[in-house]
Amino acid sequence: MLALDNVSKRFTRQLDAVERLARALGARVPEHTVHAVDRVSFSVSEGEVVGLVGESGCGKSTLGRLACGLHAPSEGEVRYRGAPLGGRPLRAIQMVFQDPFASLNPRMRVEEIVGEAPRVHGLVPKQGVPEYVAELLRKVGLDPAWRRRYPHQFSGGQRARIGIARALAVKPEFLVCDEAVAALDVSIRAQVLNLFMDLRDAFRLTYLFISHDLGVVRHISQRVVVMYLGRVVEIAPAAEVFARPNHPYTQALIAEAPRLEHRRRSYVPIRGEIPSPLDPPAGCHFHPRCPHKMARCEREAPLLREISSGHLSSCHLNDG
Amino acid sequence: MSALLEVTGLVTEFALREGVLRAVNGVSLSLSPGEILGLVGESGSGKSVTGFSILGLIDPPGRIAAGSVRFEGDELVGMPEDRLRRIRGRRIAMVFQDPMMTLNPVLSIGTQMIETVLAHEATSKKTAFERSVEALSRVGIASAEHRLAQYPHQFSGGMRQRVAIAIALLHRPALVIADEPTTALDVTVQGQILHEMQKLVAGSGAALVWITHDLAVVAGLADRVAVMYAGRIVEEGSAAQVIEAPRHPYTRGLIDSVPSERARGRLSQIPGTAPSPLDLPAGCAFRSRCPRADAMCSALPELAGGVRCHHPLC
Repeated sequence: MLALDNVSKRFTRQLDAVERLARALGARVPEHTVHAVDRVSFSVSEGEVVGLVGESGCGKSTLGRLACGLHAPSEGEVRYRGAPLGGRPLRAIQMVFQDPFASLNPRMRVEEIVGEAPRVHGLVPKQGVPEYVAELLRKVGLDPAWRRRYPHQFSGGQRARIGIARALAVKPEFLVCDEAVAALDVSIRAQVLNLFMDLRDAFRLTYLFISHDLGVVRHISQRVVVMYLGRVVEIAPAAEVFARPNHPYTQALIAEAPRLEHRRRSYVPIRGEIPSPLDPPAGCHFHPRCPHKMARCEREAPLLREISSGHLSSCHLNDG
Repeated sequence: MSALLEVTGLVTEFALREGVLRAVNGVSLSLSPGEILGLVGESGSGKSVTGFSILGLIDPPGRIAAGSVRFEGDELVGMPEDRLRRIRGRRIAMVFQDPMMTLNPVLSIGTQMIETVLAHEATSKKTAFERSVEALSRVGIASAEHRLAQYPHQFSGGMRQRVAIAIALLHRPALVIADEPTTALDVTVQGQILHEMQKLVAGSGAALVWITHDLAVVAGLADRVAVMYAGRIVEEGSAAQVIEAPRHPYTRGLIDSVPSERARGRLSQIPGTAPSPLDLPAGCAFRSRCPRADAMCSALPELAGGVRCHHPLC
């Protein structure tokens, strides 16, 4: 349904006047380029829930924006139902954002927030908007009587529901959820996750579910994509990733995640922190932190290869 | 062992235009030297205000309306500010959620650390510098001497939190209060910080209050867990007991709403939302969301046997 083919996204900071002048005078001033997403390929089938995991700066949000056409790829192609997106947003693909405070216009009433897009797209006639919004609010578990209120009059969980109602308002087929439950309290997060599952059945939606929280991803997705510094390091069915993680980074990520089952455990952390994406290490991006590093890892970036059916990993260790 | 910290009947209120907000409503805690207590609750449960109240960091319109905080035999509530300042930072230290807010962006790390040493000890700048180098190396920061000359923005989030922890531990405090110190960090970095914290606390014999919304973090770290809801402690006990066999329906609900191997398919959820602290219902504050609530629950249950509930689970 959605296919990413060798997609890269680079952000280059423009040189300022002084740097341009220095360059004109012959100084070597490098441009700062961030490889936010580096040659990523994967696809999402109809009705599937794909979880995209990674830590901050790994490019997962940029990838989410590429997937719904908010960014145009620097290289490669994003195709939706076979047609290239070319960085133009489609009505069929909608996004649910992380911050339920920043992503809602504080000066608009809920009715306008949710009702604006379907009216503009001509999905509902103007006089039908209030009824349409009321129906959507009911579906996401909000009282339709609240549709004349402003965002500040709602709690975090309710605001998340408003964000979801807004995305659903234009009858999308595909939702990109970027850390959509990260800002919510535990008990509210469970409610919203359940809502996502119910809506998926009700509207036959497909999800790309971006999260740093492995527990959430394990719970909601069928397939998991793990990213590190702009590259995909592992793709596998959810159960498989957690039972048999292949890439050392995935293994570390799973081992580090705090779990209720652990009691007075001693934490044995992996070394170091994520390097800056401005200056990623050569070869395999993970090699400075990897416990299994070999000489080859410093030179050569491993390719994402299938190691068992449906399980892809990019690590030199798999070459035997 | 005598208690290091003894909080009894703590009530902290904020006088707002809308009325009096009672953020902490009769909290009692006790902590022995070297013990790790996990203080767990969702936003608005009063867990952070409890931490601030212990340190006397409540500014108007807030005030500690009742209760006592005894630390190493001294009463901290109502203690004159100049005496409090001698305890704060030296005997009790705090680590906050956002290290960018606790570190001064225009002073080098070294200046800030040396200042901290000199605030409580009459010693030379040279000794203070050496102490800072040692403290930074202890939290796993390489080339500490070089790093001391740098400014907060030159550190990553995890490194900044290490610096904040190093500053907190400079005077070998008897008690560290940590308010969500790993919430803003990545999973792998969180693991490192938890590891450091565990080592440092075990090494120095300091007691630790770890305030968090994340039960899973506390499960692996704390000796004892106290769960807060709407300003009150609703359940308290050993970490194993509270997490494996919770007795309060709220704790049960919280644990069940965490996605884990055990819970596939639909997550069980706690219906509704927490009541506004400005408008708490009489009796048990959880009763409107509780599957076990009945007429009895309109009277406030006592904290008995580690649980504040008329119908505890067994």
